Amino acid sequence: MSERTTKPPEEEEAESDADADTTPTPVTSGATSTVRALENAGIEVMFGVQGGAIMPVYDALWDSDLRHVMMAHEQGAAHAADAYNVVSGKPGVCLATSGPGATNLVTGLADANMDSDAVVALTGQVPQHMVGSDAFQETDTTGITAPITKNNYFASDPDTVGDTVGEAVALARSGRPGPTLVDLPKDVTNAETDREPGMAQTPETYTPQDEADPESVETVADAVEAAEKPLLLFGGGVVKANAADVAREFAMEYELPVVTTMPGIGTMPEDHDLCLSWAGMHGTGYANMAINHTDLLIAVGTRFDDRLTGGIETFAPSAEVAHIDIDPAEISKNIHADYPLIGDAGRVLEQLDDALTGAPDVDDWREQCQTWKEQYPMDYAAPDDEPLKPQFVVEALDEATSDEAVVTSGVGQHQMWASQYWTFREPRKWISSHGLGTMGYGLPAAIGARLAADDDEEVVCVDGDGSFLMTVEELSVAVRENLDITIAILNNEYIGMVRQWQDAFFEGRHMAAGYSWIPEFDKLAEAFGARGWRVDDYDEVADAVEEALNYDGPSVIDFHIDPEENVYPMVPSGGANDKFALSEDQL
Amino acid sequence: MSGGLDGPEPEERATPEGRRNSQGIRIDPEVEAEPEPQRAVLSALVKHEPGVLANVSGLFRRRQFNIESLTVGPTTDPDRARITLEIKEPEPGIEQAKKQLEKLVPVISVTELESNAIRRELALIKVDGSDPDQVGAVAEMYDGKTVDVSQQSVTVEITGSEQKIDAAVETFGRFGIHEIVRTGTAALERGTRKTT
Repeated sequence: MSERTTKPPEEEEAESDADADTTPTPVTSGATSTVRALENAGIEVMFGVQGGAIMPVYDALWDSDLRHVMMAHEQGAAHAADAYNVVSGKPGVCLATSGPGATNLVTGLADANMDSDAVVALTGQVPQHMVGSDAFQETDTTGITAPITKNNYFASDPDTVGDTVGEAVALARSGRPGPTLVDLPKDVTNAETDREPGMAQTPETYTPQDEADPESVETVADAVEAAEKPLLLFGGGVVKANAADVAREFAMEYELPVVTTMPGIGTMPEDHDLCLSWAGMHGTGYANMAINHTDLLIAVGTRFDDRLTGGIETFAPSAEVAHIDIDPAEISKNIHADYPLIGDAGRVLEQLDDALTGAPDVDDWREQCQTWKEQYPMDYAAPDDEPLKPQFVVEALDEATSDEAVVTSGVGQHQMWASQYWTFREPRKWISSHGLGTMGYGLPAAIGARLAADDDEEVVCVDGDGSFLMTVEELSVAVRENLDITIAILNNEYIGMVRQWQDAFFEGRHMAAGYSWIPEFDKLAEAFGARGWRVDDYDEVADAVEEALNYDGPSVIDFHIDPEENVYPMVPSGGANDKFALSEDQL
Repeated sequence: MSGGLDGPEPEERATPEGRRNSQGIRIDPEVEAEPEPQRAVLSALVKHEPGVLANVSGLFRRRQFNIESLTVGPTTDPDRARITLEIKEPEPGIEQAKKQLEKLVPVISVTELESNAIRRELALIKVDGSDPDQVGAVAEMYDGKTVDVSQQSVTVEITGSEQKIDAAVETFGRFGIHEIVRTGTAALERGTRKTT
């Protein structure tokens, strides 16, 4: 047996406590300036993987109080940083070396870019005199990541590298958040400098608008007062803007029905009468009916993704659209905005609240929404002669955890069941890969979430067997760091969503969708040093969930579910939202 | 297959009135008009730093905006460069292109130029050298000049609007064009109107 090379957590803690009393070590190099810039920007945690070109920065971390979580793979580092950001609202930072380290971050950065998450990536680079020579582990990192970052930087000067890192952090978290990257050539991080970086600030030319034009707000207020079927649509932007409180108060004050997007889950408590839950391809029937029958859609912080809209031609076809967003480029990108309001979600909703003189009389419309709720209940069938249903597992987990629990997921059927059958009451609790749809997001996201969440908030990863296998190596990190997370695998031995589409659209030809052999995940968990359970039957669910949640460390429950179970409702790709199918024969 | 839910079937549900076009604009379902592509000239003042041009061209590539021409050059401020783009898009696409450009952090400002803005392009046209006098005469007709003469070829320089260059290229065609290079459109607003 090999000897452990890292110190036990207690000793580490004692050491960092001792460090906290000392004054910050002076800036002596580009690398120490980089670390100082992160400290100045309030960064506390980072996720990364070592490697040649980034070693000077890692060496500078030796003398810093920054907590570094050593991940198994750079993709895991990016996802962990991403989830850390979504849960805490603070920027998530990830580190990687040049070449493969940087390219391994790409999926995570693209994911953060699609979901507007504040992630800062620091990548090592070969020394500048070797750039362009196809040196060992050289890759064009800024070129590769330009389309998937909000902005990126090639730091060429040791005296200003700290300022650049500070700017990258400030830019990532301001306006519409997004990932930024600083590429750090080794000669720059190694070079001597004693220049202290300034405070993190955004570039002068970056000036996101906070308040909407007051006249436009008045016009929208008039439209709201005149509307017969107004509907609020809360997107992920409401979460980013920390505007969930303002948004839900607005909805409750004017008694307007609310649907959310998937990233907007939790902005409105899902068990509130006015909340119709989330709309889109696998959203609730009632949310999709409301979307397509509203006459005034008040959309806040959403980019009208195709998984939300279905076919553009039939999306909210009789509605005027008021679109509140901080990013002007989202206005009329996919859905024409009759009333564009550019600004911070919370601030603009306050402006609108001030401009409104009263609530519109929409009793009939509210009643209609309630009727749809009754007509299209999210009630799955669980006959005795069929295997364990995944929806039951999700409900059992929700039941056994507090309202503060944080849920991460991979991508696929399990993601849909988790988001459909878990009742979310707060934002920053549903952590998933929405825009990019990255299988494998769930486990590294749970690690990031665990570092961000309070100790009394459970972190549960609802994963699929396919997704789990994509980033399973990160389980070693959860064990090493002794992170209390519960991973519930909804195991159908399929890339389930693909199998569902093959049944619906490819005549049941299950090409590369099924696993003829799949690891025993409970034993795999034990091999990693985590705890593992296998569950096949309904009567085993509650005990396994309780034991796993009670275990203080990473645990894995391998739920063998009905492999034939499908996700409904379903709006076929490009279809009309109100024509969602409730079963396969309706597709 | 399992996993079905209860509720009225799709055909039993009332469908709302109305329809949008592919641009997401509500339209009269009877007319179904789609906006026609138009030409627009965008002028972008950008930070003069490495990677800006790649970012701008990459943006147009990945969002599939149609670029007719792109020119870039320094300004009087050493920290600023100007990029002039000619694009062909339906109206919503032009707006979207402007906004996406503005969103790039190194882009300082973007304007869509008025239709009467000054637009100029330069072309170097190398034609067969067997009849230099005739070539010179045609060049003069287009206010151009001969800039290089050899045994085999004559090269002329023509400046003007894109249409004028098109016409010149066609006329020079009868001499037999060996090679040609065009700069793409550079443009500024007229009079006291500022470009960006």
